[in-house]
Amino acid sequence: MAAIPLKNRHVLGWLMALPLSVVLLAFLIAPIAMIAVVSFWGATEFSIYPAFQFDNYEFLFGSPVTYKVFGATLKYALITWALTLAIGFTVAYFLAFHVRSLTMQIALFLVCTIPFWTSNIIRMISWIPFLGRNGIANQTLISWGVIDEPLEWLLYSDFSVILAFVHLYTLFMVVPIFNTMMRIDKSLLEAARDNGASGFQTLVHVILPLTKPGIMIGTIFVVTLVMGDFITVRFMSGSQRANVGRLISNDIALLQYPSAAATAVVLLCTVLIVIAILLRFVNIRKEL
Amino acid sequence: MEKRPRSFYVLAAFFGLFVLFLYGPILTIGVLSFQGPRGGLTFPMNGVSTHWFRDLFQEQAVGDIWGAFRRSFGLGLMVMVTTVVVSVMAGLAFRKRFVGSALVFYAAITSLVIPSILISLGVGLIFNQLGLKVHWATSGFGSQLTWTLPFGLLIMFAVFNRFDQSYEEAARDQGASAWQTIRFVVLPIIAPSLIGVALFGFTLSYDEFARTLLTAGSYNTLPLEIFGMTTNVTTPVIYALGTLTTVFSFAIIGLFLLTVWVMGKRRARLGSDAGKGV
Repeated sequence: MAAIPLKNRHVLGWLMALPLSVVLLAFLIAPIAMIAVVSFWGATEFSIYPAFQFDNYEFLFGSPVTYKVFGATLKYALITWALTLAIGFTVAYFLAFHVRSLTMQIALFLVCTIPFWTSNIIRMISWIPFLGRNGIANQTLISWGVIDEPLEWLLYSDFSVILAFVHLYTLFMVVPIFNTMMRIDKSLLEAARDNGASGFQTLVHVILPLTKPGIMIGTIFVVTLVMGDFITVRFMSGSQRANVGRLISNDIALLQYPSAAATAVVLLCTVLIVIAILLRFVNIRKEL
Repeated sequence: MEKRPRSFYVLAAFFGLFVLFLYGPILTIGVLSFQGPRGGLTFPMNGVSTHWFRDLFQEQAVGDIWGAFRRSFGLGLMVMVTTVVVSVMAGLAFRKRFVGSALVFYAAITSLVIPSILISLGVGLIFNQLGLKVHWATSGFGSQLTWTLPFGLLIMFAVFNRFDQSYEEAARDQGASAWQTIRFVVLPIIAPSLIGVALFGFTLSYDEFARTLLTAGSYNTLPLEIFGMTTNVTTPVIYALGTLTTVFSFAIIGLFLLTVWVMGKRRARLGSDAGKGV
């Protein structure tokens, strides 16, 4: 009796995708909808009340702080993207084309990915003994005679924020780029060489174009992680720098949920627009 | 073998520096966690001792580290099992190219790229408005799944893109039912990848911070506890905790990798009887 609808692949497909769909509906779609709704609500000092007003958005777009903070967020994203791309591409290129045995490739690849499975908070904390006023970096530079006084901008600055971003997220570049590079047909490289291309020409005219999908996927990861971050900026800048995530988390701490929600909606739209642009260049499902 | 070009050595050096960059800081706090009782947060070492580790096992002025560890561990296991089961089912579902599958796929991608604080905020608001209490095992659990499931799903895509369907056809030709095909053919073949999904599920949950922030309720998970410590603890005890939980993470990762390796060996030994017949 139940066997008839089960033969239908659409019914069966939906049944098997049901647990995933339920989780996404309850903990992704519904929260987004809730945020969108609450962004029109009002707030007193202690509570929030349902309403339909644009006050939160008016305040948000009327404040010069908003534009500054969105600018800072984009700046972090852009700089981190450029650095992680340069480092990630180089590392992946070395692994894919210069390491010759597959076992060695896998081993070194794992070395690059293992930090991903450890705690981000700990990895941020671990920079403190390096960058502090009396940290390793300052001590070393002073003992070498490069500087006389400890550098103040090493910790709790844009520098430390970006350093931590690069430290945390470069492997999001390495993995997809390495994955695409490993699928490049080696005979294409031989063909390039047979036709007289130098190593550099092969890199720029053969490998780079073929690696674009991996670069795009890495870019999506890095840009969205940096744009949505609030904890790295708060911790590594000692609360002295702001990005959109911190704007939201500050509002939350003050129980100003509608205002936090409005900022969140604008942030989400910004991120989705960036992704939509990037997705024009790549078909994710084909690249796995 | 042909001679290595000079670029190899330059790139190898770059790679070495990158690995140092990745692991250097964590090794440093590993060393610093053995500071003497009077040592500070940075070098020089003021003697060598296990003082700060012992300190961890004693009553803490703030927080409840061991309770937090137990909760994170339990939650990690919950998320791990759920992630594996749900991802496999979804992976099998997507092979059927059912109507609307693109919708679910884009939802999963959105789940991956959405700023974590939005999940935290949204889930927190919903529980708040429904009058439910946020708790790590309910709202925290669900929020973490929005981070682990997309990874599980992407791994399943990678697995099924490489899956040789003639094994399934062979099973069906021999009269296996749909369930038998999955249970005795598909699942054993993809088992090592499932270990990978489990690894993602557990470790991403165990270390998750942003999505758990507003959804864990009054009982903290370990990353929340550690973050709380950063604001009011100024002794190397925080390094000791960092070292310990990192060692724990490494042990878990090692365990998973070992399992995959042993499975591969077993499979190589028992998987094929080619050449044994004649």
